[in-house]
Amino acid sequence: MTSPADSAVRPGVNETFVLNLGPQHPAAHGVLRVKMTMDGEYVMRAEPVIGYIHRMHEKMGENRTWAQFLPNTGRIDYLSALHYNHAYVAAVERALKIEVPRRAEFLRVITSEMNRISSHLVWWSAYLIDLGGLTPLLYAFDDREKLLDLLEAVTGSRLTYTYFRFGGVYNDVDEAFLRGTRQFVREFRPRLKMYRDLVTDNIILRKRLENIGPISAEQCRKYGATGPVIRGSGVAYDVRRAEPYSVYPELDFEIPTRPEGDSMARYLVHMAELEQSLRIIEQGLDRLPDGPVLGKVPRVLRPPAGDYCFAVEAARGRFMVRLVSDGKDIPYRVKLRTPSFSNLSLFEETSRGMILPDALALMGSLDLVIPDIDR
Amino acid sequence: MNPTLDQLCEQFGRLVGTVPVPSKPPVPTASSSVGPALGLPVAASGEGRVAGPASESGAGLRPADQAAKMAAHPPPAPTGPIQKTDHAAKGYDLDVTVAPTQIVMAAEIMDRAGFGLDAITGVDWLAQEQMEVVYDYFHPTAPGRVAVRTRVPRARPEVPTIAAVFPGANWHERETHDFFGLVFAGHPDLSPFLLPEDATFHPLRKDYQP
Amino acid sequence: MNILTHEPYRLLLALVALLAFVGVNAMYLVLAERKGAGRFQRRPGPNEAGYGGWLQPVADVAKLLSKQLLVPPGTDTILFRLAPLIVLAPAMMCLAVVPFSDTLTARDVNFGLLMVFSFGSINVLAIMLSGWSSRNKYAIISAARVVSQNVAYEIPMLLVAITLLMITGTMDLNEIVRQQAGGFWHWNLFRVWVNPLMPVTFVIYFICMLAETNRAPFDMAEAESELVAGAFTEYAGMGFGVFFMAEYANIVLGSSLATVLFLGGWQSPFGVFSGVLWFLLKMYALVFTVIWVRWTFPRTQFYGLLNLSWKILIPISLFTLLLSSALLKLVHA
Repeated sequence: MTSPADSAVRPGVNETFVLNLGPQHPAAHGVLRVKMTMDGEYVMRAEPVIGYIHRMHEKMGENRTWAQFLPNTGRIDYLSALHYNHAYVAAVERALKIEVPRRAEFLRVITSEMNRISSHLVWWSAYLIDLGGLTPLLYAFDDREKLLDLLEAVTGSRLTYTYFRFGGVYNDVDEAFLRGTRQFVREFRPRLKMYRDLVTDNIILRKRLENIGPISAEQCRKYGATGPVIRGSGVAYDVRRAEPYSVYPELDFEIPTRPEGDSMARYLVHMAELEQSLRIIEQGLDRLPDGPVLGKVPRVLRPPAGDYCFAVEAARGRFMVRLVSDGKDIPYRVKLRTPSFSNLSLFEETSRGMILPDALALMGSLDLVIPDIDR
Repeated sequence: MNPTLDQLCEQFGRLVGTVPVPSKPPVPTASSSVGPALGLPVAASGEGRVAGPASESGAGLRPADQAAKMAAHPPPAPTGPIQKTDHAAKGYDLDVTVAPTQIVMAAEIMDRAGFGLDAITGVDWLAQEQMEVVYDYFHPTAPGRVAVRTRVPRARPEVPTIAAVFPGANWHERETHDFFGLVFAGHPDLSPFLLPEDATFHPLRKDYQP
Repeated sequence: MNILTHEPYRLLLALVALLAFVGVNAMYLVLAERKGAGRFQRRPGPNEAGYGGWLQPVADVAKLLSKQLLVPPGTDTILFRLAPLIVLAPAMMCLAVVPFSDTLTARDVNFGLLMVFSFGSINVLAIMLSGWSSRNKYAIISAARVVSQNVAYEIPMLLVAITLLMITGTMDLNEIVRQQAGGFWHWNLFRVWVNPLMPVTFVIYFICMLAETNRAPFDMAEAESELVAGAFTEYAGMGFGVFFMAEYANIVLGSSLATVLFLGGWQSPFGVFSGVLWFLLKMYALVFTVIWVRWTFPRTQFYGLLNLSWKILIPISLFTLLLSSALLKLVHA
């Protein structure tokens, strides 16, 4: 920090400099540029510059039929692609009043929760790498490989899934998948305990994250931040409970919330969500009914004119699709409201005056995926 | 319907005024200017008349052409400025239509009721020479989703900014400006956000030629 | 004339051997680190070049040597080129006084301890030079951090050294090792009748050594995920290679010193068959621990690191210093 004497020596000289956390940076989680005006080690202003991976999905939505846009949804947030699939197909199902068979709904929930777990494992690994712990990545990806193998057998993809269809899912699961998923659930719980003992309870990690980057519930509301960000600030907001969809109302799970609002709170919310996802998967597997996996869908999709919304709780927060239809077989407007966009918008205000490593710890705890911001 | 939404209906009713929206689009006369034909509030009068979504473009087009355009892009049928909708059918519970000048007051009503800003969507109704801006709000602790919409003429797409009420709107409005060219009056910085810094085009307009 | 006893030739031979030792260590400790990291992360580590990866350092050195030595425009060219030279020299000089066995010391000086600590602080200067002359904001931030970190952690280290100096009564490293003859209970680590907190002193020394060599969890200087490569961002090819070598040379030096001061140097733990092999065994055990610690813990915050030194380590080491001097005076006068 500059002392008054320094300014007296060179009056009028601005002692701050601009540090570019450029689009290529190990901690930027993708192509995000943050222009940081620094005073020594302190961040005076952090201005995110986005758009480096802007692919204009919303315009693509206006040039494809309703079904042709479906693969796009998996590419918006590649880590939790099934949630994004879900929001889009459910919005069209809402418009066309398509019935989805129960088995398909349960399969959607089971695979979505598996996707949530694999997304959180990537977040956890990347966050710890930011903080200097390079080893947990290898352990988390070991667990994630099992999930990816299970999902690949069913959906055909490892990352950018396009598994859901209008009216259900396109592929039924077999006995191997059910067995494998139960085995994964059995094996993952002790791993969670190991992660808690070795990493979460580590004093160095606790000192890095406790009381760092406080975000109040009011700030979350004003910026529209959702997901673990708002749940780490004490507000139990989860789209699965606020606007219940699919078969979530029938399943018994908690919404983990922490009151502190610091980075540690968001971290603990993420870790608790892993446990809750395991619960949901178990219940889904127990209650999976028999039946078809694809409902009756008209041959040509022409939703009636008007606008329709559907929101899901993606791994990062509230993802909402707003469709405007004019009765044609091509959407008139597809609006994608992504969680990382709103979550990052509060970074500028909350990172003022923080030291650089703490600002990066805050940014990591927001769980950003840059293609989610840029679409 | 839960009490929060009922209170909101009441507050919006006071904001919007009890003047009903005409259910049929008014026939344009040759001498009318753009403003009254669109049903937008004229600055001098300062009433709370709302912008009906069913208004059409200004004078100049023959009625037959207008009818043909309307058939190609049928607008949703207006049933009133404040409409309770079925969440299962639409995804939101309350649909409010206000004039562009009332947007900030509508945002303040939502802020006082404890809602958070979900999204700001622009829609380009080329056939009706209007642009629509839809503000979606969600409530963190109570059920209820509200959509507030407004329409502006395409020739002068200006809406006041709500960034003072909801700081999160700053980014949403910047993005909507990028895509549509909608000018949010009072916004601190409308430079290109997702598009390159030197972009002068607005891709989501229906008449955009790449 | 026996070259091993005739003085100028013996010294020359010893220095050449030391240079070779430092060089081979730097090369193969990198491999050891990568294989160790791999094993801690449940993967094999480099195993392609040569059998089990033993030729990997050769490949690394060949790669580094083949790169162009860039000097970015706008840097202070003299300082930029000088920094890698300065960073390696102190490690080699200090190793010259470390007793590898009772006959294997390059130069047995009777102020070895003093010499090690005075030359050891030069590498801070070198890192600061490299960061300063690079004309890169990341490098400057990193250089500033390194200086404050190293200054902060030199103090507990020196206090520990002074405590040992008082207890052993000599600065001659070989003499210190000879005092620890007999079984392992004679080692300075267990000399608790003079300094009851001796194991704590050892731990403090170990932590300070981690901080002085900029190893995780105190690697703010590099902090790969924040500052790219920190003070060494602008160095290419062998320039960077030299910094890397210097880091491992410093680790070897720190571990050797810890072995000599606390763990009995070349003395065997059973009292018989002492020799250089015991020295190397103990030293490499400490090096392994250094590598282990790096891949297990995340990084501390910068102010957490400084708080640890100024608010915790310095008071404790001051206390042990006072305690041992009191005990020496009152009990063992």
